[in-house]
Amino acid sequence: MANANETSNHTNVDTGHPTKATYFAVAMLLVVLTAIEVGIFYIESLGHGIIPILAILSGAKFALVVMFYMHLRYDAKLLTWLFLAGFFLAITVVFALLGLFHFFI
Amino acid sequence: MAQAELAHGGHEEHQTTTGLSHKKLLMWAFLGSDCMFFGSLIATYLVYKNRSLGGPLPEDVFDILTTSTSTFVLLMSSMSMVLAYSALTRGNMNGFRIWLLSTCIMGATFLGFQVFEFNEFVNHEVHFECSHLEDLTKFERTFADRCDGTVDEVFIEHAGLTPRTNLFGTTFFVLTGFHGGHVTLGVIWLLAMFFYSLRKGGITPAKHEEVDLAALYWHFVDIVWIIIFTVIYLFGVFPGF
Amino acid sequence: MTTLGIPIPKRPIHPTGVWDWLTTIDHKKIGVLYGVTAFFLFLTGGVEALWMRVQLMGPEADFVTPEVYNQLFTMHATTMIFLGVMPMGAAFFNFLIPLQIGARDVAFPRLNAFSYWTFLAGALILKFSWFMGGAPNAGWFGYAPITGIEYNPGNGIDFWILSLQVLGIASLAAALNFIVTIINMRAPGMSLMRMPLFTWMSFVTAFLLILAFPVITVALIELMFDRFYGTNFFVTSAGANPLLWQHLFWVFGHPEVYILILPAMGIVSEILPTFSKKPLFGYPVIVLSGVVIGFMGWMVWAHHMFTVGLGPVANSVFAVTTMAIAIPTGVKIFSWIGTMWGGSISFKTPMMFAIGFIALFIIGGLSGVMHSSAASDAQQQDTYFIVAHIHYVLFGGAIFAIFGGIYYWFPKMTGKFLGEKLGQLNFWLMFIGMNVTFFPMHFLGLDGMPRRVYTYSEGMGWDYWNLVATVGSVVLALGVLVFLHNFFKTLISGEEAPGDPWDGRTLEWSIPSPPPHYNFVQIPTVSDIDDWWHRKREDDSSLAPVAGSSEDEHDIHLPDPSYWPLVTAVGLFIGAYGLLYTLNIGTFTGFPLFAIVGGSITLVGITAWSLEPVNEPDSDH
Ligand SMILES: [Cu+2]
Repeated sequence: MANANETSNHTNVDTGHPTKATYFAVAMLLVVLTAIEVGIFYIESLGHGIIPILAILSGAKFALVVMFYMHLRYDAKLLTWLFLAGFFLAITVVFALLGLFHFFI
Repeated sequence: MAQAELAHGGHEEHQTTTGLSHKKLLMWAFLGSDCMFFGSLIATYLVYKNRSLGGPLPEDVFDILTTSTSTFVLLMSSMSMVLAYSALTRGNMNGFRIWLLSTCIMGATFLGFQVFEFNEFVNHEVHFECSHLEDLTKFERTFADRCDGTVDEVFIEHAGLTPRTNLFGTTFFVLTGFHGGHVTLGVIWLLAMFFYSLRKGGITPAKHEEVDLAALYWHFVDIVWIIIFTVIYLFGVFPGF
Repeated sequence: MTTLGIPIPKRPIHPTGVWDWLTTIDHKKIGVLYGVTAFFLFLTGGVEALWMRVQLMGPEADFVTPEVYNQLFTMHATTMIFLGVMPMGAAFFNFLIPLQIGARDVAFPRLNAFSYWTFLAGALILKFSWFMGGAPNAGWFGYAPITGIEYNPGNGIDFWILSLQVLGIASLAAALNFIVTIINMRAPGMSLMRMPLFTWMSFVTAFLLILAFPVITVALIELMFDRFYGTNFFVTSAGANPLLWQHLFWVFGHPEVYILILPAMGIVSEILPTFSKKPLFGYPVIVLSGVVIGFMGWMVWAHHMFTVGLGPVANSVFAVTTMAIAIPTGVKIFSWIGTMWGGSISFKTPMMFAIGFIALFIIGGLSGVMHSSAASDAQQQDTYFIVAHIHYVLFGGAIFAIFGGIYYWFPKMTGKFLGEKLGQLNFWLMFIGMNVTFFPMHFLGLDGMPRRVYTYSEGMGWDYWNLVATVGSVVLALGVLVFLHNFFKTLISGEEAPGDPWDGRTLEWSIPSPPPHYNFVQIPTVSDIDDWWHRKREDDSSLAPVAGSSEDEHDIHLPDPSYWPLVTAVGLFIGAYGLLYTLNIGTFTGFPLFAIVGGSITLVGITAWSLEPVNEPDSDH
């Protein structure tokens, strides 16, 4: 798999797959993060502070799945860009629409 | 667009310019496109948040513990999917089939939870005791004046949530319904792979990419749910959001 | 494939006649199918336009009823955008991209056939609405709540929704296919910055398609659920905000404008250097400005909504971004003029259309900048000024470039030249007709004539220019008739064209006309921009395109034809109607029998297609 992306992609496409232990560790992390999310949810003293915390936690879960289970971390960068183009555009459009509908103020 | 990576062109011995397979590129471009699809649905949901003219509202119907359980099931199905793929690449066909089937079962379980949840919402009942009016939700309070003074009277009335009830019902059911539709397609795809793998030569370690594509789709459905769980469920019940 | 238990026709290996066209997966044939279908649909859209011009010729005419007039303008715009310009662009994508990047086909040939058949299904659903109880009547942007069931109980809007959904599937499939093709099937040495401009602009367009279409898909799903199942997305009495539709529509709608114009810009960027005998002036700058236009196209959508009351902040932001988008567009125009500057220009028909494109697009661009100012737009919104603007960019722009492209590549597609004299006549009739039709609309708009109104009273001061516009539209129609005459005359008795008739610059000119079904005997190795042009200058022996001998041909493996894409698309066609035509059997009210039948056909099609090998093992290829 010596390809054009080698310069920007230090790990080789086929041999770089993580082990079963890695997959399992990721799964445990996902479960723990979800548990923390649900747990935090019941702490009323946090007030609005809960929003950034939950956003960061679910962002971390999202990133874990994309990087390890969808193995973007080990694949060609081009695939990451293809996906992120849609992902970031979607995020931007969502926030722009929320702003236009006075969701924040 | 990754001009930098692409600009060098490919080697002659490769079938494709970048050395990546056509199908994998297609899948990732499609997933990028699907982000816009769910983005638009989520935007619709959020734009209409707190704009329903009547109940029931998220705090009336959501049961975070139930949904946490179904979220857990879906996360675990992602793990079993990745283990299936890993077994396949190592030539362990039986391991592959077992993990694949368990992914299907967990996917179906998730769908079962969704059916259960939708059913609960449609049959939702407003239920409170007239002696304890302080903990009522906004929607429940609209019924409070029906308590005519008799002590310990229990008030029960059917107030289901359907896609036609209010803006929350409309946006919630359509968003989660389309996610459920994606999961259903995924289950069908994975089941087809499972049965195909029983045929001799149907799925072999050499054809691992076919499974990889289905797995990518499956994990994508999972990450969409990660966002839905936080933004719609957790934020949904959070007061003042 | 015989495991399905039912006798099914054998896979065609060397089909002939109609069966060949139904099962073809050759990108060139699919390109021709797209082109012919889209041109026919373009003509139907033109008839709808003429009909409106007749009605508006004088004040208080009653040639058509107000209701029919509403259907006419809705169908005209929807047809021209989705069934005319977009698929004509797709015709060029199909025919040219593999040739320009030095490939033998697209990345997914069967998916490509599926795109065409699905496009045809969507087109038929829309056009049949005329005969099935009335066409859609709410304008091409279908603003809620006029499209809601309450104000629009007929089926016209339903056909419109279903058709656009099916067309969306076709566009998405095609765009994904071309993205992969361009990324992954370039000939050795064809780096991105050596790609022909048309391929580059198509690449950007394909990204706009895959990112913009899901948004309209969601908007249409919401509208459909409102109409079919009584949800509340755009029901104001339930607290909904109809502006949501406008936002979702224009988040898609503005990138859609660039989906229409970027391929046209690509075509012009191919014609100008060839007929100026000069390389494109500032190739990297044109590429970059195309990418920037594609990117900025996402930041301007609310300029269609300046008058709905978004507030001064939002209006200012979108006004500024809209003005800014004129910069990359201007850069392109300067580069095109720079390309012609000092060149030895040959004014053949393709070049005339390309120059016409630049002139008319500048006018349309300038009126566009005028209503990018929110204050100025408040005067122009929903008047004929906007109608004038859009026709200068989409007719003067996109359609002129497409005609130029047809004249330019017709010899490559068929091996025959379109008549030059008729071509010049065609150009001048269209150029004059276009300006006489649409320029007066600027005056009408500034005089306050609203668009989408079926007639006007005497004494408004609009009679004269309306009459002029109608006369102009007749001239325009004559121009199109001359083209049709030229087209058929050429097919019957056209002058034979060699492989490289214009001293072309890009790879498609390095092979015979029409190209053999495998395109290239040997995949070329590219070492420059305009590689073919440079090769011609370096080595005299390869001046003429070489045809492959039959022995070479034998070693080339191409995928076999397949009818499953057609079956899948037929399933979608039936299924889409099935969402509308439900049955009342017993207690099942609204039982979607046809939707289930159509869905099952699609499912069978997809399954059989994915199990079918690319090549039959026993085929003699
Ligand atoms: Cu616009």
